[in-house]
Amino acid sequence: MTPLLELSEVSARYGQVAALHGVSLTVDEGEMVALLGANGAGKTTTLRAVSGTVRKSGDVLVAGKRLRRATPESVARDGVAHVPEGRGIFSELTVWENLRMGAYMVRRPDFKVVLDYFPWLESRRNQQAGTLSGGEQQMLALARAFLARPRLLMLDEPSLGLAPLVTREVFRVVSDLNEKEGLAVLVVEQNAATALAAAQRAYVLETGRVVVTGTADELRSNDAVRTAYLGY
Amino acid sequence: MQQFFQQLVSGLADGAIFGSLALALVLIYKATEVINFAQGEMAMFTTYISWSLITHHGFSFWEAFFATLLIAFVGGVLLQRTLIRPLERASVLTTVMATIALLVIFNGLAAWIWSPQLQFFPSPFPTTSWVIGGVHISKQDLGTFGVTIGCVFVLWLFFRFTKLGLAMRAGALNPAAARLLGVRTSWLLALGWGFAAALGAVSGMMVAPTVFLTPNMMQAVLIYAFAAAVLGGLESPIGAVVGGLALGVMLNMLGTYVHPVTSELRLPVALGVLLVVLLIKPAGLFGRVVVRRV
Repeated sequence: MTPLLELSEVSARYGQVAALHGVSLTVDEGEMVALLGANGAGKTTTLRAVSGTVRKSGDVLVAGKRLRRATPESVARDGVAHVPEGRGIFSELTVWENLRMGAYMVRRPDFKVVLDYFPWLESRRNQQAGTLSGGEQQMLALARAFLARPRLLMLDEPSLGLAPLVTREVFRVVSDLNEKEGLAVLVVEQNAATALAAAQRAYVLETGRVVVTGTADELRSNDAVRTAYLGY
Repeated sequence: MQQFFQQLVSGLADGAIFGSLALALVLIYKATEVINFAQGEMAMFTTYISWSLITHHGFSFWEAFFATLLIAFVGGVLLQRTLIRPLERASVLTTVMATIALLVIFNGLAAWIWSPQLQFFPSPFPTTSWVIGGVHISKQDLGTFGVTIGCVFVLWLFFRFTKLGLAMRAGALNPAAARLLGVRTSWLLALGWGFAAALGAVSGMMVAPTVFLTPNMMQAVLIYAFAAAVLGGLESPIGAVVGGLALGVMLNMLGTYVHPVTSELRLPVALGVLLVVLLIKPAGLFGRVVVRRV
C-alpha cells in the first residue's frame, strides 16, 4: 500500500546551518505518528519541509504523488494541513472569522461537524481569538485545520505552554479526529509520554537524523528512549 | 453660525478626499509596511485618463468615472505584479525607494503625454447650493463628500462581508498562517494595490474640479493624506477616513476663524499636525493595542 505521506532522504538548512540530514519517514492512511526528540533535533523543520515553509532537498510524496509546488498555499491545497508552532491564530479576528479562514479552500464548508467536536466554539464565535486561553487557541487551530478537510494533519507541539490537564484534552480531541474521522496525523512533541500514548508509531530525531523508529509500544520499552525522553 | 456650517460641509468634502487617499495608503501599509509615495501621482495619472476619456473620447462624467476606476484597479494590480512583487524579498526601504521612483516617473510621464498646463476638469455636480435655514450648502461639496464616502463604504462592505475580503485582512495580519490555509497571499497583495489605486482615482477625480488638473495636482493632497493617516493611526482604515475628515474640517475652521492661517499656512499646519501626533501619540487616534494572551 502506498503511504499517505512519504519523505525520502529529505534535507533542509537555515542559511549555513543544516537542520535535517536525509530524513526518511512514512505516515499511512488513518494513522497517527509522533515525531519525538529534543530541542533542535529537527522535528519542526521536518514539518516545515513538508508544508513548504523551508527550502529542502529530497522527495516528499503525498499519496504517492510528488507535491505540485513546494509553496505553503499549494501544499495546503494538496490536502496537508499544518498547525504551526504558536498555532497561527489570527488574534485580531473573531473566533468565527478564524474558522471561516479554515474553510477558505472549501466550497461548502461543514461547520456542523466541526462544532460537534468543538461545541464551545459556538458560544464564543464573536470573541476576539487573541483573548482565548492557550488551550482554547490550540483547539481553535485544530478546528480551523480540520475545516479544510485535509488528508493529513500536521501538529507542531500542541502541548506547548499548556497545563497537563489541557494537554490531555487536546490529545483526546486529536485522537477522536484520528479514530472517528480517519484523519491521518503527524504530531511533533517534546512531551514523549503523552505523544506515545496517543500515537500508533513514532520516530525519534537527533540532530537532524532519524535514530529510532517503531510502534509506540516498542519505543516505550526501548531503554535508550525511556531514559532520554520518558525520564524513568 | 451660517458660516460655521458652510465651513463644516466644505471641510468634510475636503476631508473625504484626504481620507480616501489616506485609506489607499493604509491599505498597502497594513499589508506590507510599505508607504506608497506614488499613491498621489497614480491618482493624478488616472485622473488624466478620465479627463482624456471625457474631453477626447466623448464619455460622460460618470461613464468616465467608472471606466477610470476599472483602469486604475487593473493598473494597480499590474504595477504590483511587475514592479513591486519582484522586490518582495528586499527590505521595505527598497520598495519605498521604488515607489518614490514611480512618483517621479508618473509625474514626468503625465507632463509629457498631456502637457504640464492647467486643464479644466468638469464637475458632475452643479455649482448651485441648497439653502437650508439660511445655510448655503454647496452641491459640489455635498456631492464630493457623498461619492467619496460611498466608495469607502463599498470597500468596507467588501472587507467586512466577503470571503476574499476576510482573506485579505487575515493575510495582512499573519501572512504565514494564511498561506498554510491555502491563501495565495501574493495575489491578494496585488488586489490590495488595485483597490488602493482605484480609491486614489476617486480622490483625484473629486479634487480635480476645484484645483484644476495639472501633473502636480495631487502633491499637496498626498501630504494631507499622510497627515490624515498618521492622525488616525497608520494601521487603521477607519482611522484614516476619520483622520482625513478631521483634518479637512480643522483646516477649514482654522482658515475661517483664526486670522493668520491663510491658504499659505494650510500645508504647514497639516505637517504640524503630523509632527504633533508622532510626538504625542505615535499610534494615532485609532491605533489600538491588541489584546493577547499566551
